[in-house]
Parts: sequence; C-alpha cells; structure tokens
Amino acid sequence: MGNYDACRDVSILSVEPVGPEGAAKGCYMLTLANPGFSPAVAGQFVMVRPRAFQQNPVWPRPFSICRLTAEALTLFVQVCGRGTEILCRLVPGDTATVWGPLGQGFALEPEVPTVMLAGGVGIAPFVEYAAGHPSPEHLSLVFGHRLPLSCYPFDAFSGLKSAEAFQEKGPDDLAAFIAHLETTIAGHADGLVLACGPRPFLVTVARLARKYSVRAQVSLENRMACGVGGCLGCVEKNVLGSYVQTCTQGPVFWVEELALSEES
Amino acid sequence: MSVDASVRLPGMELKNPVMTASGTFGYGLEFARYGDLRSLGGIVAKGLSLKPRAGNPMPRIAETPCGMLNAIGLQNCGVEVFLRDKLPRLPYDETPIIANLYACDADEFAELAGVLSAAEGVAALEVNISCPNVKAGGIAFGQDPAMAGKLTEAVKKRAGDKPVWVKLSPNVTDIVAIARAAVLGGADALTCINTLTGMSVDIRTRKPRLANVIGGLSGPAIKPVALRCVWQVCRAVSAPVIAVGGISCAEDVLEFILVGAHAVQIGTANFMRPDMAFRIAERLPALMEELGIENLEEYRCSIQV
Repeated sequence: MGNYDACRDVSILSVEPVGPEGAAKGCYMLTLANPGFSPAVAGQFVMVRPRAFQQNPVWPRPFSICRLTAEALTLFVQVCGRGTEILCRLVPGDTATVWGPLGQGFALEPEVPTVMLAGGVGIAPFVEYAAGHPSPEHLSLVFGHRLPLSCYPFDAFSGLKSAEAFQEKGPDDLAAFIAHLETTIAGHADGLVLACGPRPFLVTVARLARKYSVRAQVSLENRMACGVGGCLGCVEKNVLGSYVQTCTQGPVFWVEELALSEES
Repeated sequence: MSVDASVRLPGMELKNPVMTASGTFGYGLEFARYGDLRSLGGIVAKGLSLKPRAGNPMPRIAETPCGMLNAIGLQNCGVEVFLRDKLPRLPYDETPIIANLYACDADEFAELAGVLSAAEGVAALEVNISCPNVKAGGIAFGQDPAMAGKLTEAVKKRAGDKPVWVKLSPNVTDIVAIARAAVLGGADALTCINTLTGMSVDIRTRKPRLANVIGGLSGPAIKPVALRCVWQVCRAVSAPVIAVGGISCAEDVLEFILVGAHAVQIGTANFMRPDMAFRIAERLPALMEELGIENLEEYRCSIQV
C-alpha cells in the first residue's frame, strides 16, 4: 500500500469569530491541524467534511486556503447555509476529513505590480497570497464588502503597498465601487490583476480586464461535489465553448480562457 | 477465522465486491491520489460515447437531504481518447476496468461495443440504458422491455467475449420486466439501479436548481429503493446483479449481498470522501469476520423473509 496522504481526518484546533461582530454576522476562522499538506499555492483550495455531517449534508464544502503553516490550516468561513452553520458550531477536538491542496492557484510574479481584488469572502485566498509574497511593496488590495470591515481578516494586509476597503450599503456604493475597480484595473496595464469573490464581481473584473487589456486571473466559486474531478458538476464554459473543470483546471483561470457570464 | 471476500462474475474474478459506479469516479485516475486502485474489486469508468460529449448546461448539481441531484448529461472525452490516454494508465492487469457505454441509438451502441470489445484492458461492458439526463437514447431504452432486450442483443452481438452488463433504471413501473428482457437479450449481469428522477427548486429565485430542471437523485436517500429493486430482480433472474444506490459503508455492502447481489458499486459516497471506496473495500473483511461470514457466496441471498 502506498502513501496516500492527500485525504486525512484531522482535529479542529479552534473556531473563532472574526472581530467583535463576527459571531453575530456568521464570520469565523476555522483552524484545523495541518493534514500533512506541503506548502500550497495561494488560491488552491481544500474540501472539508466534518464527521458531524454524517450523511446529511452529503457533500463536503470547498474552501480557499486562507493560511497554511506547518502546524495548522486556517479557513475563513461565512455562514451561508446548513453546511457552513455546522462547520462553525464545531469545537476543538471535533474531527473533519480534509483533502487537498486542490486545483490551480494564483500566478506569482514578484517584480510585477499586482493588485488583489476581493469581494466578501473572496478575501480568504489573498491572506495566504500576501503572506507568501516576496515583494509586498508591489502588492495592493482593493476590497469590497457588505458586512462591517472587522468581520474580515483585513488586518492581514497592513504591510502592503496599499489596502483599500469599500463597504456596500446601497446601490450608490456599488456603482462607486465598480467605478473604482475600473480606475484600478485601467491603471494596471503593465501589471497583474487577481480577483476572487461573487460571480457578478468576477464578471465585472473580467469585462474591465478585457476592456483595458490587463492580464487578469479570477478564482471561481462554482458549486462542487467532490473537488477532485470525479463529478463534473463544477464546470465552467471556456471561450471555445467547451466545459472546463473548476476543481482541477481552476479554480483560478486567466480571464481570456473563460466565457464568463452572470449565469452560474 | 480467515475470510474470503472474492467474488466471481461472468468472465472475471474480483478480489472483493467493491467497485466504483460510473460517473462518480472519473476515469479512475482522478482518485489514484487517494488510494490504491489495485485494492478495488473493479472500476467502472465514466460513461463513454463514440464522440466526445459536452454535457448539459450549468448548474448541473444540487444537494438534497441525504442525497444529490445531477444532470451532467454524460460529458465525456469519447471512446478514442479513453482508450488512448486513460485506459493504459489504469492497472487493468490487476483490477477489472469496466467500460460504461452510452449512445443515441442501437446501431451506435453496437458500434461502440465493437470498439470497446477489441480493447485490451476492458474487462466488461456496462450498457447505460437508464440515464435520465439525456434526450436521445438514455432512459427511453430502459423503460420499454422490448427495446431493452433488442438493444442488449445488439450490443451482445458486437461484444465478442466481453461480458455485457445492463444498467437498469428504477424509474419504471416494473423493473423485473426490464431485467428479464435484458437477460433474454443476452445480458451477462445486471447493474441495479441508476438514479431516480428528481427535482429541486429555489423559492427565492423561483428557479429550478438544475438548468435541466430535472435530474438524477443519488446518495444514501435512495438506498431503500435500490435495496428493494435488487431484491426483486435477484429473485426474478438468474444473472448476477451488481448493486448500486446509496452505499456508503461496509455494512451497506453486506445488506445488498444479503438480498442477492454479487457485487456492489460505490457512487455518490465517493464524493463524501475520495478514499471512500478504498476504505469500504478495506473494512469489509473485518466486518465479515465480526459477523462470522467466511465467504460471500455463503452469505449471498441468505435473507430470511
């Protein structure tokens, strides 16, 4: 029998609300023992299925790696359904099955001015990206969010060239944020744009990146059952009209590869 | 006590009865990182068509209580790519690799059977006459006994010495009638069951959760239906039955063997954790020992009704 260590049962080390309002808003840092993963590429993800799921829910849940150290794997979880609700009620000592690191992560070009565009929980992979970037002076963040800023791991970006946050409280805020995205992307013609967040946000980023001919990658959050290429449930249409697998060929894609539309 | 978990099926011997179900294990290679493919009783590859198929629009999957719906629509790389790029990398010399076939009509099914029967490394052909997610072919063949019989006959004629399994749908009034027709048509074994047709809707968006509107329900939720179908079919036909439907532990495997199945396939449980089939295969001998079962042939169909 070979050494098959990509899927492990590990202990929950902690489940902590993020900031003073984290518990009320359902924002948590879930920290598990490192299942034995080697260093991951920022933007890769893991599948997590706590023993508490039993047979319902059936699927594990995919999460971007927020932080991976030799001792621990940390995930940023926002409660949005029954699966994430169960995950955020776990206590230290509970067990979860974890497999990964999965998929393709973000490009890392240390000397190229790089801007991370994050929407909501899409901030998670950029924590790992910023932590591992050798030239933080070339790195900036633009973050759009709805919940209070303290509900997100925004402090992780204090050492960068810049980190801007925009809270959306109404339609005017959204329009202003999109205008700022356009200015930011247009100003990165010689740089690299990375984006993670809800689909409409990624569609906007892709449209603007094409408009200004900026090299850009987006990380998709498509629904997945297995995470390993077994179910073909998470596919996305590419520019050739074929379907590509988000779990193995993504979740990070160059925008010119995809025919990204609002439909999920 | 030493136990024997091996199983004999027409034309092959399995080291254990735990196989993987088509459409839930990719082409096998996707799961090689999570366990030794050689430890499985068999691998049923993703359904193949003559030409590559793109499959259905998104969204294609939805979660349901104790189960899931899918409308993948048989996306696959086509038989040529499978034989050239996938099969040679599978341990077919130690673990039977079963090719699952899909086509739009009987002639195409027969042509596909001809191509696959000539391939070294394909141990058997599993004919999918029961996919609920495609318009042409698919379940239409599996709902009419006469059509199921004729189709089986057409495939069998082109299958050479490769055993032919026919995968049955539960979405029929009388599954036994279809099973009998398939066996009369020459089926060497029956795979029982494919997914149940189902639907899920979102009351907020007022949209169905699948682009295809309806899809195939699988997972632990369907196990009682699968068990009933396997029991009914095993009593009615002499051909071996390979059970599939909601199996997620070694105890489930024995339940199906108890009602008459020769072997099983693990489907949706492969999504619950990618090493699930390997774990079940590994656990089964210990469970047999706990229950005092020396071999599966002795235990098979020993249900006391």
